[in-house]
Amino acid sequence: MDPARKRTVRLTVALSAAVVLASALIYTSFSAASPALSPSQLVHEAQPGRSYQLTGTVVDGSVHREGAVLHFGVEDRVGGTTIPIAYTGTVPDPFREGREVIVTVEKQGGAFIGERDSLITKCPSKYKTAPPSEKQNY
Amino acid sequence: MADLGRGCLLLALAVCVYGIGASLYGVRSGRLEFSESGRRAVYALAGILTVAFAVLEVAFLRNDFAFNTVADTSSRTTPAFYRAAAVWSSQEGSLLLWAWLLSLWASLALFLTRRRMREVAAYATAILLGFGGFFVSLMVFYATPFQTTSPAPAEGAGLDPLLRFPTMMIHPPMLYSGYTLCTIPLAFGMGALLARRVDAEWIRATRRFAFAAWLFLGMGILLGARWSYSELGWGGYWGWDAVENASLMPWLTGTAFLHSLMIQEKRGMLKVWNVSLVLATGTLAIMGTFLVRSGILNSIHAFGGATLGVPFVVLIGVLIAGSIYLVVSRRDMLRSEHRLDSLLSRESIFLANNLVLVGLCFVIFWGTYFPLISEAVTGREASVGPPWFDRYTVPLALVLVLLSGIGPVIAWRRATLANARRHFLAPTALALLTLLALLAAGVQEKPLAIAMFCCGAFVFASIGGEFFRGARARRAMAHEALPVALAALVRRNRRRYGGYIVHVGMAVLFIGVAASSSFQHASELGLSPGQSTRVGAYSIRYVRPTATITPRYDAAHTGSTLSLGAVLDVTKRGHHVATLLPSEGYYASEEASQGTVGSLIGGQPVSHVSMDAGISRDVWTAIEPDIETPTLQRIVSVGNRTLPPEDAVVAIGYLARSYLQHPPPAQFHFIVSPLVMWIWIGGLIVFGGGLIAIWPAPSVVRRRVSMRLRARAAHGLARA
Repeated sequence: MDPARKRTVRLTVALSAAVVLASALIYTSFSAASPALSPSQLVHEAQPGRSYQLTGTVVDGSVHREGAVLHFGVEDRVGGTTIPIAYTGTVPDPFREGREVIVTVEKQGGAFIGERDSLITKCPSKYKTAPPSEKQNY
Repeated sequence: MADLGRGCLLLALAVCVYGIGASLYGVRSGRLEFSESGRRAVYALAGILTVAFAVLEVAFLRNDFAFNTVADTSSRTTPAFYRAAAVWSSQEGSLLLWAWLLSLWASLALFLTRRRMREVAAYATAILLGFGGFFVSLMVFYATPFQTTSPAPAEGAGLDPLLRFPTMMIHPPMLYSGYTLCTIPLAFGMGALLARRVDAEWIRATRRFAFAAWLFLGMGILLGARWSYSELGWGGYWGWDAVENASLMPWLTGTAFLHSLMIQEKRGMLKVWNVSLVLATGTLAIMGTFLVRSGILNSIHAFGGATLGVPFVVLIGVLIAGSIYLVVSRRDMLRSEHRLDSLLSRESIFLANNLVLVGLCFVIFWGTYFPLISEAVTGREASVGPPWFDRYTVPLALVLVLLSGIGPVIAWRRATLANARRHFLAPTALALLTLLALLAAGVQEKPLAIAMFCCGAFVFASIGGEFFRGARARRAMAHEALPVALAALVRRNRRRYGGYIVHVGMAVLFIGVAASSSFQHASELGLSPGQSTRVGAYSIRYVRPTATITPRYDAAHTGSTLSLGAVLDVTKRGHHVATLLPSEGYYASEEASQGTVGSLIGGQPVSHVSMDAGISRDVWTAIEPDIETPTLQRIVSVGNRTLPPEDAVVAIGYLARSYLQHPPPAQFHFIVSPLVMWIWIGGLIVFGGGLIAIWPAPSVVRRRVSMRLRARAAHGLARA
């Protein structure tokens, strides 16, 4: 085989391999991804055995522990639908009632089980920028 | 003082605008004095931003709460060490740090190239000042660090307790140095394309900066992992979080560039690839900053506000469009001077390593930005978790480690069978021996971890052999003792042997990662004093509770009002191993609605991890005490009703005593992971190897000195 043809073959093989790998990557990312839902969407759409990323606010007075399991309710940012979660695993330090959390959940029977160590808490309000009402010089 | 800072920023912006104009006019019209003046504008920028940074640092150290950033991120109870580091915990302060470091590194790069590549350097000056001007204008128009409030509040909100960790002092500056250093090869690469001078000279001039960027970024990433492991209460060092990924991506493309540039230097090949890698690395570094500062993706690192999305999108768009235009329009100049001779050669191994690194970068890019991609494609946000990342990155990492053992010893151009046999027989034998030893020892699960151990063994043998052959040759020639010969070998060829040491360090690091992630034992449970549990081969007993009050006596020196913890006794087969003291710190919140007592401990509680770190394993513990029992809550509510603010701490003392007398069950998190220590040791080896490789070779120093002497002699002759 002449060198130019050899190079073309080599390039075609390499590019095809790259395309196959990239397609696999893209396909699995869509099939393995957990959709981000709010509690009111989750109530309607959850199918057993699939995981979802639940985003919402921890309901006041809903947090209690039973052994290693942490129970808490998550509601829409504007209130309304509440979803009770049973979660095991690491609880981030900023986790509190009234704070916004993201947790990966799965529907098992009628209950929602939090995936181990998937709980993320958004930063508390204290570290946000100052409210606009403050008198400013600049 | 704030006026001085604001004045500095305005002046800095003016200097940037002037410098860009002067350099571009100078290079376009051929009037060198203007490009010279543009270069001096970079030095001036460095000076001005140094003053601005000093003003902010002093404001933090003096508790000047008139500055909004100081009031938001510092307080009198924040220990002085952390006040100094709090400068870069806010969005505004971190922008200033970015711009300041950029101006310093850019000054150094332009100073070192002041007598070479005048045209390329002039374009690079304009581009670097463009970046500087971008960040300075963000501070002038969007988020100024020198905004003040009058009258000044009496007390600030305090530094986020999560950030009160010693490496906070060096982790952000290291990471930002890495990011800013990434822009220097980008500026010179673009300059070379603009000036149509795409030989290897710009690569030689910025090689060391690319290496420094790689080193700083790598160390920044590692320090971040260390912080995560020893400060956050989850016990992991890497979670495929968006911000972690953002810093890893430019590091990966930077690693690829450091390898492929050798092919361009040696053989004049891969010019398009190299210049694309440099442009990609710089752009990814800016995207990393954007990701942290824009809040577009969910991250545990969402410390900053989310206001800077649009300007960054514009900058990144301009960078990508400009890069593509430059590479496409200059493609004729970027033709390779040679072709790949054989698939069994160092060039093709380097090429394979480049493909794997870029593939890794692509996987991480796709996974990190997947929420945005998914929203654009399906109209719904979705994200991929760590298992998805692991599925692709683990095999790629295995290949990478294996290649790092093959690349250094395989011949350039075309390897022969004899060459392969001589260099790969011993490493392959050692890898197989490792496999057999592991199987014989009963390690049969986790095939990927076993494969990583074998690849590691291959690298040690391959690189060890290279050192051995080099040292033997020196011994034969110069009759030196082995250690002397080894030291001389490294000193004579720092870049090469420094690089080999980096490979060994990376293999050690990956072995640590494989072992600790595959063979760890973890347990989470509630225990009362006197109870114990087993974790792996260890028995852990909750001996008694502990409590300290007031920031001054805080055992962890991070300024917490109350700290509740435990004394844990760790034993193995009945023998005492360690006494561990994990605790949780409670900080003041400044929220009046929580009451006089409640606000003293109503801030964010933070775990203080306690561990027994060892060469073979770490025993890691964290505690989450139950402070919400009816008894303790009653103390807080009675205190809130009856105590004025100045006496509120009395109730905290009472609460601590009550906790010690009647301790409720506490929630514990225990982890026993093998070989974690080797991740940090591997990192140190990489750092050491990197320093050796980056250090100027003695011949260069000597040449520079002799050139100066010659110049002086010529000057003397001319005067005579």
